[in-house]
Amino acid sequence: MAPDDFEYAARLMKERSGLVLTRDKGYLLENRLMPVVRQHKFKSFHELVAALRTGDAALQSSAVDAMMAKDTAFFRDWKPFVHFAKVVLPNITHARREKKLFRVLCAGVSTGQEAYSVAMTIRDAAQQFSGWRAEIIGVDLSPTAIAAASNAHYTQFDVQRGLPIKSLLRSFTKDDAGWQLNSDVRDMVKFQTWNLLTDIYPLGRFDVILCRNVMVYLDLQAKIDLLQKISRSLADDGVLYLGTQEPLTGVSAAFRPVNRDLGIYAVHRLDKVVLSSLAVPQKH
Amino acid sequence: MKLCLVVDDSRVIRRVAAKIVQDLGFDVEEAENGRKALNACAIRMPDVLLIDTEMPELGGIATAQALRKMPGGDKVVVVFCATENDPHFIRAALEAGGNEYIMKPFDSEIVRSKFLLLDLLG
Repeated sequence: MAPDDFEYAARLMKERSGLVLTRDKGYLLENRLMPVVRQHKFKSFHELVAALRTGDAALQSSAVDAMMAKDTAFFRDWKPFVHFAKVVLPNITHARREKKLFRVLCAGVSTGQEAYSVAMTIRDAAQQFSGWRAEIIGVDLSPTAIAAASNAHYTQFDVQRGLPIKSLLRSFTKDDAGWQLNSDVRDMVKFQTWNLLTDIYPLGRFDVILCRNVMVYLDLQAKIDLLQKISRSLADDGVLYLGTQEPLTGVSAAFRPVNRDLGIYAVHRLDKVVLSSLAVPQKH
Repeated sequence: MKLCLVVDDSRVIRRVAAKIVQDLGFDVEEAENGRKALNACAIRMPDVLLIDTEMPELGGIATAQALRKMPGGDKVVVVFCATENDPHFIRAALEAGGNEYIMKPFDSEIVRSKFLLLDLLG
């Protein structure tokens, strides 16, 4: 790959998605963009980059979409979802007992597994939420990922990565091509294409935000900006779930760790007594 | 160290599964059918039984049912690992004493995530 081509494509990705690509990631760039090369019948990666340089907006969007990591799983890392079920949901039933409304944002939701894991957890706690309205919104920069998320049809590999077998039997219907999520869970989540580099405030305030394994792809300034936006969009007693490998030390002072190992944070302005109520149970 | 007994009539599957489970920090024993698995359980009860359903001599479901009647057998985490992916069959396997179910083919990430939700890791 010509250095010029790499520099241009890497800059395009950073401007449009925040994704940081160092020179040693040239293989990744080429690997993920080759399907775009083939789809548009270019003869080489160089030809694709030449076309991107002309400013073809649709082609640029396709290339950015293709670069986005779509690796996700149901109940990824498991323990954060146990915390959500056993600690956060009971707290919410108390704190929001007047409004009977709570909102969850899954930022960088990819193909939807995380948002549906939240939905299944809430559905399983339905007794606590009789008469409540739960709004779960999943956003991602990638239109193809959002289309897949809305479609809610998964392969046998997908439904085995993290999903308890009883949840599979309860929430999915098997067909010839895989497993279709049933409408009772599917209808609980709304998806939309959204660039987290822009403001997220128009999406409204949230009681819980999951932004897991997104910041790992961003540079420091983009992380700082995103965490500021998240802080503004999170309720005073809200909870933020990051990936387990995304420490906030030196990145943001807007949050207090509830459990660093699990990537669970509360907003810094939260009262200490309330913070202690979010502690992770010793034994799940 | 926790013990996982891997039971499958395919030597290749046993080796693949054993390697995955070893990498998760388990001691591993292997058996090629349910009868040999029960003999192994009588000597040393495993923490986890990772077992196929269809095997000669004694299948996985009958093995799990027999295991549950053995002293200490009720505490074993039974994970079926089988080709069958029909929901009715899976439901029956769970009712017969399974805690989890893995559909073949599987990979290390599937096994790791299932063991994690069963609280078997760390």
